Amino acid sequence: MSGTTTRYRVLGLPVLTPAQRVMGLFGFWLVLAVCGPFFAPYAPGQIIDTEVFAPLSHRHWLGTDYLGRDLGSRLLYAVRYTVLICTLSTAFSCSCGILLGIATTAMPAWVEQVAGRLMDGILSIPSLLCALLVIAAFGDSLLALILTMGVIYTPGAYRTSRALALRIARMDYITVAMARGEGAFFIIWKEILPNMRGPLLADVGLRFIYAVLLLSNLSFLGLGVQPPLVDLGSLVRENVLGLVYGSAAVILPTVVIGALTVGINLVLDGTSRR
Amino acid sequence: MNARLATLVLRRVGAALCSLLFVVVAIFVLTAALPGDVADMLLGQNATPDATQALRHALHLDQPLWLRFVHWCGGMLRGDAGNSLLTGRPVSEMLAPRLYNSLLLAGATTLVAVPLALVLGLACATWRHTVFDRVMTVLTLGIVSVPAFLIATVSVFVFAVQFRVVPALSDIRSIHSVGQFFLTFAMPVATLASITMAQMIRMIRACMIDVFSAPYMEMAVIKGVPPVRIMLHHALPNAIGPVANAIALSLSSLLGGVVVIETIFNYPGLAQLMVDSVMSRDVPIIQACTLLFCMTYLFLTTLADIVALASVPKGRGA
Repeated sequence: MSGTTTRYRVLGLPVLTPAQRVMGLFGFWLVLAVCGPFFAPYAPGQIIDTEVFAPLSHRHWLGTDYLGRDLGSRLLYAVRYTVLICTLSTAFSCSCGILLGIATTAMPAWVEQVAGRLMDGILSIPSLLCALLVIAAFGDSLLALILTMGVIYTPGAYRTSRALALRIARMDYITVAMARGEGAFFIIWKEILPNMRGPLLADVGLRFIYAVLLLSNLSFLGLGVQPPLVDLGSLVRENVLGLVYGSAAVILPTVVIGALTVGINLVLDGTSRR
Repeated sequence: MNARLATLVLRRVGAALCSLLFVVVAIFVLTAALPGDVADMLLGQNATPDATQALRHALHLDQPLWLRFVHWCGGMLRGDAGNSLLTGRPVSEMLAPRLYNSLLLAGATTLVAVPLALVLGLACATWRHTVFDRVMTVLTLGIVSVPAFLIATVSVFVFAVQFRVVPALSDIRSIHSVGQFFLTFAMPVATLASITMAQMIRMIRACMIDVFSAPYMEMAVIKGVPPVRIMLHHALPNAIGPVANAIALSLSSLLGGVVVIETIFNYPGLAQLMVDSVMSRDVPIIQACTLLFCMTYLFLTTLADIVALASVPKGRGA
């Protein structure tokens, strides 16, 4: 990149740091996921029109789906399930991975060996296949989906956070803290963790995108979120017939997935750039 | 002289075998130690206690878990993956034509994607920060960050529905001429290749730029070496390791993409069989398919690591 980063204030808005922008964008989606359905004009399963794949109109702003249900309402519920499931699974994978990654830097070598082998093992199964395998075994309940995706993305978080933590553990201020006689918990929580916040945030963001992609793919294959619940992938799946008519029912959910993943990815790309 | 390299390669192969063992155990534990009983499921309404008992015995379900694992592994080694729970036919017999189709699709995609991605990735690195590079960066980032089915559905909409240039489904039994062959494979290969290429281009660009920042590259430029020669003689040999890794990693993402693409285009490959089997809980097929996919994945990543090891003169002991 060109060495200088000049930021211009747009319309007098405060200039945000990259981390604030990531959190801001993510916060927007989270608020939409939690509050969105309260503004849905219809229940997600309610058939409101005899016309299927109806175009946009004043009665139903985003048209109707393949059964004549209100697409806008269903889209709001779909965003809720996609964002919440992926947030929970990312929270699971990243807290496990980061905790293990940092903890193994302070533990005896064999713990690291065992954890590392285990993580390598999980990594050697491609993520979509791993998900299919677990779903075949334990079914496709929401909890199973969240845990599966959580476990699948734990090794990635583990590797990143371990690499970061190893670098920080060699710093002088860690030696000083140890010489002061601080406990392991204090060192991890107050010394190591705050100093790896930036790169870690980018990593968490990436895992969230992976989770969205995996969940959408699974739901599109009919193995993710099951009816009557709905997420963005299953919304595309059930309306895929509307593709022939160029219906909004199949185009809008794909656009929303794109907006979610590309948006976060672009902001993340901005953070890694100096 | 090559003893050092040989040890490194052997160690890497050993690690891959360890991973394979983990995968085999994971697959077996996840699928075979399921709650619920396959015998009950198979018999359905006809499940009298006697019949269940007999079937459990026939399926070796009354043996302890470790013994079943040994039997299962032995079967896999002999190429006998058991019988499908649904059709009763041997799994290997059902898998063979599917495997051939999938390899055909993956092979065609690799042939298209790898050379194109190499050229485009090198071009992006050479002309970095130009309009061309910016456009490619946004394009590849876009493709990488949307799900595979999205690209497939959009391209079906554009090319099959709007322009009607290619068929929307890949019915490979209807191939009778070379032209039909290309038309049938055009859509799935193009979508798969674009997904794979996007990732490859991003990674190749990153590692080439890394190489370009080395002092000897600056020296070469100052000496007045022509750009093509710089690329082929100075930069590329030093980037073989990371580039091979990038290609292997993206090819393994092709494995995930293949699952979605085969389903969308109704392509009779291994991945489609697997998705169907997951829906119908046909455990032996799921086991065999997962094992095949994981072995391919492990093979690719190990191969890339070995290429990387062999490409470093230090590793060769020279």
